[in-house]
Amino acid sequence: MDLYEYQAKHLFGAHGVPVTPGEVCTTADAAHEAARKIGSAVVVKAQVKTGGRGKAGGVKLADDPADAQAKADAILGMDIKGHTVHKVLITAASDIAEEYYVSFLLDRANRTFLAMASVEGGMDIEEVAATKPEALAKIRVDALEGCTEAKAREIADAANFPEAVKDQVVAILQQLWDVLVKEDATLVEVNPLILDPNGTVLALDGKVTLDGNANYRHAEHADFEDRENTDPIELRAQEFDLNYVKLSGEVGIIGNGAGLVMSTLDVVAYAGEEFGGMKPANFLDIGGGASAEIMANGLDIVLTDPEVKSCFVNVFGGITACDAVANGILQALEMLEAKGVELTKPIVARIDGNNAVEGRKILTDANHPLIELVETMDDAARRVAQLAAGK
Amino acid sequence: MAIWLDENSKIIVQGMTGSEGTKHTRRMVASGANVVGGVNAKKAGENVDGIPVFASVAEAMAETGANVSVLFVPPRFTKDAVDEAVDAKMPLAVVITEGVPVHDTAQFFQYAENAGTTRIIGPNCPGIISPGKSNAGIIPADITKAGRIGLVSKSGTLTYQMMYELRDIGFSTCVGIGGDPIIGTTHIDCLAAFQEDPETDAIVMIGEIGGDAEERAAAFIKDNVTKPVVGYVAGFTAPEGKTMGHAGAIVSGSAGTAAAKQEALEAVGVKVGKTPSATAALMREIMTK
Repeated sequence: MDLYEYQAKHLFGAHGVPVTPGEVCTTADAAHEAARKIGSAVVVKAQVKTGGRGKAGGVKLADDPADAQAKADAILGMDIKGHTVHKVLITAASDIAEEYYVSFLLDRANRTFLAMASVEGGMDIEEVAATKPEALAKIRVDALEGCTEAKAREIADAANFPEAVKDQVVAILQQLWDVLVKEDATLVEVNPLILDPNGTVLALDGKVTLDGNANYRHAEHADFEDRENTDPIELRAQEFDLNYVKLSGEVGIIGNGAGLVMSTLDVVAYAGEEFGGMKPANFLDIGGGASAEIMANGLDIVLTDPEVKSCFVNVFGGITACDAVANGILQALEMLEAKGVELTKPIVARIDGNNAVEGRKILTDANHPLIELVETMDDAARRVAQLAAGK
Repeated sequence: MAIWLDENSKIIVQGMTGSEGTKHTRRMVASGANVVGGVNAKKAGENVDGIPVFASVAEAMAETGANVSVLFVPPRFTKDAVDEAVDAKMPLAVVITEGVPVHDTAQFFQYAENAGTTRIIGPNCPGIISPGKSNAGIIPADITKAGRIGLVSKSGTLTYQMMYELRDIGFSTCVGIGGDPIIGTTHIDCLAAFQEDPETDAIVMIGEIGGDAEERAAAFIKDNVTKPVVGYVAGFTAPEGKTMGHAGAIVSGSAGTAAAKQEALEAVGVKVGKTPSATAALMREIMTK
């Protein structure tokens, strides 16, 4: 889960990383009050989970509370790269003498962590990496040893931080490492880390990505969930504990196993090209077991999506054999009918694997008016795209 | 031969007494795997279908000569369980568990690297099977037969799909390496082992969005693999910034896309199928010509 800047800064503060005081607001009136409390010039910053806010006009300096109110009014509701601004962060304006960059991230390729640091912060770090790679220090951090003071100094030295700020940077690096480890983050980034005219180094911005697998040891992270910006169908799927992602298409997808479902989306999209560009409406992985109850929940979520015109159930019967899967599909439809869910959309089923012949026979014999059985994944994808196109 | 797992493999199951552990221990035994013990400190002395439960991995190894451990341990205990297997110098630890925090994986992987005695497969993987010889994990054994294709995949069900489509030709070893951001055994490790394995003639490599493992594998194939490789990549339609089921399956900005992976593989001469079935057909062509 990616955090908003204000949430990232909250975690920074909790681990001692120096940040400017600020308050998050959802209305222009609240922004006025927040600026009044801060009592100096403020920056009004759109809270969106995307880069390039400044260029899009989502970050504005305000001289006084009235100005902050006006700026907040302009920024709230703004669309930045498809993200609507619902919140602004009001924070004390800082004079900037220098801008730096520091981050810790998961290094998948080397199966460890990586520190990156540069004294050329403030701009897009991917651009620095591409155009001036020598200006970006990359230092491996051992997962067991962590970012010790010696390691932090190695990073600060490699990035050529000025001597005058090095001790502060070394301390901040260790604090940011604490954020990474103690909060179970996979990314902690500060851009820019600034030096103010008084010689103080502080984090002016923050980006943190949390590891969802570690939620069980961070109950407090539930507060960071962004329900108002989550698709309502995704929220409903979460209640069913389903692995669901809403997409913009017409063909509902249910499958077992993340890889097979991703593959199903692709195969449907290819097939859909033939029928006026029909696309998958969602990703939904009901897991290796594919029980009737989970199938019912999955069909409920997918068939009640108003954008879905047809549905593809693509199951490989490995751990659960196909006869059980076929019975599961039929039971699932009965459960939905019993719940009063209106069933009108055509379902194309492809089941293959263990006991495929028996499974297919069960579906054929049931002769359910909505279910069409197609033997191969590629043909089934073509048929379901055709049905979505109303042909 | 096959890679890492064969008829001489003696398997213990860490977490055998849990419901998943018991279920899959039975499936492994039914498929002919030699499961010699389980580990649970609180249930030492008990047994599952006559398979003894030991107090520790070290004890189980000393008593049975086990050389493979399969872990069905809940996420919060997985790191300690893997560390225990490493301390006991278990040669192969297959971590089936899904949902392990990535910091824990980074730590137990580093711990194993430092020890240098244990290969880890997974976490969040279906395991490894050498059809007709042994089976360590949850891969269904009865959907294929022994043969001379090597298979490496991030995805469980795509592994099964491919095994099933090519069931008449058969496989030397199939390795489900898992869909997490950090995994103990990579595509490259498997490619290197299949290249060396005299019982493997050709390799199917299945990848998916996220990270750059497939790009790195392509570079490895160019310099090191002379056996034919057929590839498949899932996730062309995945939107940026969304995790698609597997914790590691995410396109971040322009990094980790399926298109980039396909391009990298094709650039080194790997034939990449557009669908799983088309991929199987490419392999069939190689094996039957």
